[in-house]
Amino acid sequence: MIPTQVTHDIEPGELLARVAAYKRGDWRLVQICATTLDVFEMNYSFTRGAEFEHVRVRIPLENPSVPSITGEYFGAFAYENEMHDLFGIQFPGLKLDYCGNFFKTSVKKPFATSMCVIQAGAPKGGEARG
Amino acid sequence: MAERTVIPFGPQHPVLPEPIHIDLVVEDEHVVEAIPSFGFIHRGLEKLVEKKDFNEFTYVAERVCGICSYIHGMGYCQAVETVMNIELPPRAKYLRTFWAELSRAHSHLLWAGLLADSFGFENLFMQCWQIRETILDVVEETTGGRVIFGAAKIGGVRRDVDADTLKRCAAKLADAARSFEELKRVFRDDYSVKKRLCGVGMLSRDDAWRLGAVGPTLRGSGVATDTRLEGYAAYGDLKIQPIVETACDSYARCMVRLHEITQSFELIQEIVARTPDGPVFEKPKGYPNGEYFARLEQPRGEVIYYVKGNGTKNLSRFRVRTPTFANIPPLLHMLQGCELADVGLLVLTIDPCISCAER
Repeated sequence: MIPTQVTHDIEPGELLARVAAYKRGDWRLVQICATTLDVFEMNYSFTRGAEFEHVRVRIPLENPSVPSITGEYFGAFAYENEMHDLFGIQFPGLKLDYCGNFFKTSVKKPFATSMCVIQAGAPKGGEARG
Repeated sequence: MAERTVIPFGPQHPVLPEPIHIDLVVEDEHVVEAIPSFGFIHRGLEKLVEKKDFNEFTYVAERVCGICSYIHGMGYCQAVETVMNIELPPRAKYLRTFWAELSRAHSHLLWAGLLADSFGFENLFMQCWQIRETILDVVEETTGGRVIFGAAKIGGVRRDVDADTLKRCAAKLADAARSFEELKRVFRDDYSVKKRLCGVGMLSRDDAWRLGAVGPTLRGSGVATDTRLEGYAAYGDLKIQPIVETACDSYARCMVRLHEITQSFELIQEIVARTPDGPVFEKPKGYPNGEYFARLEQPRGEVIYYVKGNGTKNLSRFRVRTPTFANIPPLLHMLQGCELADVGLLVLTIDPCISCAER
């Protein structure tokens, strides 16, 4: 049996309200990840018992920014610092900001561009060159 | 007020087989803040999915880590199989579960040995690893590997194990389980073990939940959760009860792992008794097109594999959220206010796997 998964596509401006609703409902934040497409696609995953839901926001590759959810889920600081360092995404309101020193990779923002995007001819994001 | 000093912990440290750096801000002997930094072994493995064929990537996924390697390969396969609507043959599901439980038992025994070593109990360290050797022998006999099993592939498993071999392995593991129960008594009752672990590194239930802890770190704080209850692979046919301790300290996290070793030995016997006959592979057709988040239970806790296919041989995205990464915020919380001498022990109590966390 494959457990049901629900994905809610929302605008970045709705993110904090939606996350606050999950917090009130006693959902656990299990992961945040970004995917580089022609935009940055960000997935926030929550679980409560057997329920498993995702909230998805899309933000542009140029000057990417999305509000931090560390006000609701403080543990999200690890995911947000990781995405800042690997994708170059800014998180205004981040409560524990390591200012680019969380993942010290030799290539800055290594995940900010994607081979799939380059092959499709879409603009590059960030500073990495594959 | 005491003067504040910054003491670097790692990247090289006797309790750390892998490199992580933590700046410890201390006042006298008390840690007031811990600032981590990663990147020493960041290999960008998630990025490789854009260049590797989705079938070949199973090898890469399994090499995310050298301890819980098998479940990484299995989790990746499970996510891709769901996207491609592949229904695994029942025998393949049981064999996967068999190796997953061997993986859990040997990982926990490795950890238990390292823990004993960290507080100078060398004999206990050697006894733990001796039992672990039996498990690795079984892994070698059934997969051909000891570190990288190479047993999972998209659509099933790479090799079958005949019934006689399974029974022989079950008998060896039953002996190992009896030896382990003797050893568990030392962890449970020994004065020096309890003195070192009890009341150290408190993580309350609320903090564990709020900070996103997973696995034994979460269950040691009284939260009954275990992703195996979702019923993936053959777990839906097996009786699983989450192992929970409520003391919220290092000893509780230790006991959760030790009880889970016992549970794994029992599950393996049940799996061997119930493994059905039949094929072990279902050939995939086409390329993955779609996305899925797979959740599995690694020895260190819940792990998430996200795959996003685009209808070509290369995936657009593979992401693994490892349990060690999820346990970093709880670890930093535990380190605040602890004694400097306890830092190494506390880092060990989340069973850190830095290769996993950095990928």
